[in-house]
Formats: sequence, C-alpha cells, structure tokens
Amino acid sequence: MPTDQTSQPLIHARGLTKRFGTFTAVDAVDFEVARGEAFGFLGPNGAGKTSTMRMIGCTSPLSDGELRVLDLDPRHHGPQIRARLGVVPQQDTLDNELTVRENLLIYGRYFGLTREECARRADELLDFVQLADRAGDLVEPLSGGMKRRLTIARSLINEPDLMLLDEPTTGLDPQARHLVWDRLYRLKQRGVTLVLTTHYMDEAEQLCDRLVVMDKARIVADGSPRQLIARYSTKEVAEFRFAPGIQETLDGQFEGLAERVERLPDRVLLYADDGEDVVLAARDRGLHPETVLVRRSTLEDVFLRLTGRSLIE
Amino acid sequence: MAALTDARGRATAPVPDLASSRATMTRVMEHRALQYRRTFRASLFSSFGIPVLFLTAMGLGLGGYVDQDPDPSLAGLTYIQFLAPGLLAATVMQAGSFEAAFPILGGLQWNKIFHAMFATPIRALDIVLGNLAWIALRLTMISVAFSIIVVAFGASRSPLIVLAIPAAVLTGLAFTAPIMAYTATQRTPDRFAAMFRFGITPLFLFSGTFYPIESLPSFLQPVAWISPLWHGVDLCRSLMLGTIDRDPFGALVHVAVLGGITVAGGIAAARTFQDRLVKG
Repeated sequence: MPTDQTSQPLIHARGLTKRFGTFTAVDAVDFEVARGEAFGFLGPNGAGKTSTMRMIGCTSPLSDGELRVLDLDPRHHGPQIRARLGVVPQQDTLDNELTVRENLLIYGRYFGLTREECARRADELLDFVQLADRAGDLVEPLSGGMKRRLTIARSLINEPDLMLLDEPTTGLDPQARHLVWDRLYRLKQRGVTLVLTTHYMDEAEQLCDRLVVMDKARIVADGSPRQLIARYSTKEVAEFRFAPGIQETLDGQFEGLAERVERLPDRVLLYADDGEDVVLAARDRGLHPETVLVRRSTLEDVFLRLTGRSLIE
Repeated sequence: MAALTDARGRATAPVPDLASSRATMTRVMEHRALQYRRTFRASLFSSFGIPVLFLTAMGLGLGGYVDQDPDPSLAGLTYIQFLAPGLLAATVMQAGSFEAAFPILGGLQWNKIFHAMFATPIRALDIVLGNLAWIALRLTMISVAFSIIVVAFGASRSPLIVLAIPAAVLTGLAFTAPIMAYTATQRTPDRFAAMFRFGITPLFLFSGTFYPIESLPSFLQPVAWISPLWHGVDLCRSLMLGTIDRDPFGALVHVAVLGGITVAGGIAAARTFQDRLVKG
C-alpha cells in the first residue's frame, strides 16, 4: 500500500532511550512530529533534551526503543537522514578561520551541492539572516547573535525537510534573541518543520505549536502551549513579594485565597482565574506584600506545577 | 551503507564504503584546503626555509668538519649527501606528527568543524580519510620543496630522488595516522608536549638521520630498528643515493612496515573519531 507522504510523521519515537553507562539520559520517551509543525522540548538543563536531539540528528545512536526520522531508521540510514536535516547545535561549530560566506559555501559542499548552487544559496541565505553586509568578514569578530544567525543560515543550505535547533537562543541578549525568533518564525510560516529544545518558556510559547515538557529524562506532559496552561494552571497568577523575613511568618495565611498556592523562596504565587480578586482578598486579610504582580499563566507555571521546580535554577 | 556502530554507540570495525567515501572525503579535503589558503605564504616559506637552514648548518657546517677526515662508513659520500635523505624523512615525520595533533584537536575541540561535518552526510571514516588525504598532500608539498633544495645543494646522487618524495610522505603518514587516532581521545593539547619531547625528538635523534645507526652502542641499535623513522630514513637514503638495488628486499620491508603502521593507524583513527564524534 502506498504511504501518504503528508500524513507520515517526520519523527516517530516509541520508548526512545539513551543510556551512558549506568546513567539514563533519556528514559523511554514517546513522541511524534508532523510535517510543518513547530515542535518543542521544554525542560531544565540536564532533562535529556540534547541527548534526544542528537539521537534524532543521527549523531548519537539510541540505546533502546524505536526511532524513525523521515521514515528512515537512524541505525542504518544515518547519512541519508542527515542529508535532509538542518542542524543548529547548542554550541556554534562555525569555522572561525573562514569568512561568513565561506562557511556557507563549504557546508553546502558537504551535502554534495555544486559550487554554483552553494554560491546561489549562500547569497540568498545571507540576505535572509541579514548578514549580507558581513559576507566577506571572518566569523571570529561577529557577535553571538550574528553567529547564531549564521549557524541558522548554514543549517538551511541543503533546504532541509526538518530543522533541529538545540537551544537556539541560549546565551544571547534579549535583542539578539528577538532577531533569531523573528527568523525562525518566518521559517515556520514558510512551512519548515522545526524541532527545538529550550529552557525558556517564552521561546517555547512564541515558537512552538506543540511541545513536550521534559524533566529528569522523561516526558511529563505534552500539548500546545495553550492546552498545557489550561490543563495545569489557572488563567492568571498573582505574585506577592514580601519584605525579607516576612514570608516565613505567614504560614497558613494564604489558604483559601486561590485555587493553588506555590511558595517559592523569594515570592508566593497564587493561582486563580482572576488575579485581581486574589489581590483584593489578600488585602482584606491584612496581608501587605511589598510588590504585587498579576499576570497570565505561562509555561513556567506549568513546569512548576508538574515538577515543583523552576525551569531556570 | 556500512554500519559503523553497534547499538551502544561503540565503534565496530568500520567497513569502508569507498565508492561514496571518495566523494565525501574530497569535501573534507576541500575544507582543509580553504583554511590553508590563509597560512599558505608562511607555510611555503618554512617548507623551503627549513631545509636550507638544516642543510647549511648541518650539511655544510658540520659536514665540512666531518669531511676533513671521512669515516669509512660514509663509503665515499660527502656528509651532506648522507644527511639530506635522513633530514627529508625526519622533517616530514615532524610535519606529519604536528598536523595530526593540533589542527585535528582544533577540529574536534576548538572550532569543532568535524562535529559540524558529522551533522551532515559525512561520516567519521570520511573525516579521517579526508584529513589523511589532505595531510598527504601537505607532506608532498613539503617533500617536493625539500627535494628541490637538496638538488640545489648538489646533495642528490640519483634521479631516484623523485621516488624519495612518496617514500618521505609514507614515512610522515606512518606518524600522522596513529597520532590522529590518539588525538581523537584527547580534549586538551596537554599531552602533546610530552609526545613530541619523549617520542618524536628521540626518534629524530636516534633513527639514523645524522649518522649510521651502526655508530650507536650495540644495545641501542634495536631501538632504531623499531623506529618507524629509521625505516623511512633508510628507504629515502637508498633512493636518494641510488643504492636501492643493493637491498631491494630491505626497501620492500620498509614500505611494508610504514604502510602497515599507516593502515593500522587509520583504522584506529576511524574508531576513535567515531567514538569522539558520537560523544559530542
């Protein structure tokens, strides 16, 4: 029976496991990524995100379970799969001894493209990542954000079916992050399938149609950002910060104020569908936080609910 | 497509898939060549400069002294004629060792370009073969430059000096391949200094480069025989002096030893590169 190209998932993982000696980095995770989707792995450092990405990228063999990428088996078809991937690794692997443009040209050659084709695509991609004016410069003096954008351009040189981005904006300043997000968002709109890992909940919310939350080598939840928030959190959150030493004296004072209360070392989070109501009720009880912030729930709150910990510790 | 790893990611015996390797290793070479363009001038200068320096100092300086009262073991040669082939092999050994150490560690650890390659259809084996091919080309350039200088100094006695070029390259590769395998197990260059100090430099001094190994105390002579450099020196010498017809079997043994080390080193490197690139 002929398989329907469009309905086949680009990535199919069942019981996917990665062990290093006795340490289990990825513990029997299941997930699927469909064509055209922006799919995220959200979790703190050490959750197993990078190990999962490296297995998908066919640079690290799986220890157990089942994995199909582009309907091929990474165990036997690594180079064929890698030929159709665009990989943005966590750490830049650019050649600092070459110019910006040369980095793209030589990378295109790895995929067997002709020099003419490499040149044509390199110029197009430099425009796309807004680095055309730096084409002849060496890579080394570029800012971190520019290097990331160059790495993204490089990963696109083979017109990949699937892009793998491992923490694409970690270590960048806010402005540089927004520039990267903007480019990734455009790719997403063009229908490029994106798979990314991140420990930034705002990145996951902005870019991902669907995501899985990873913690301690396992997937603890999956869904769209909106679904996850609806399932694991309330619409709003009231954040109270007290003067030093006060919070510890307030045992039991928050009960009944909100659907759920999380006490973090530096603040108290009160989850409710209407944050303002909570603030008023707290005032009636005689609670006087130094600062009050009412905001919408985010994936950070989802993560806190699922694991009892913050994403960035 | 040959599987390079078992389920646990340990490298299994690599099965070369040469049809596709030839294309992919060429691309690895292309990258190294692109990098080389930036240091081309400096490297050309040292390729010609080093033989001039050594042949002047040792060949003419020391040689002038030795030739006043020639040792019978020189068998009618001037000292510079004896020295030139030894220096050729030794120089190429040093270049081949250096190329297998720092630039390779750089690609694995510093700018990580080999990891970038490994994320594309290029395999660990291709990266090893591509680098070996590139280094072979570099060693050829060095050997050609050296041979031109030897001829200019009038120190060549046979047209077979042309064959001393591939012989020297093979000598260099017999160091490049195993050292590359070792480099892939390292994350810092800390151990390279010791490798050069306790490995390469003693070989340079005790492998018949500057004097026949028969001049060594007899208990040290076996050290020379197990030295890959001695095989290279003796091979280059028999070609450059045109004496290969006296012991063609010995020359064959030299080629087999150097070739064997190169192949074994290359296979080891394919394994250590695979392990290293999988680890990330």
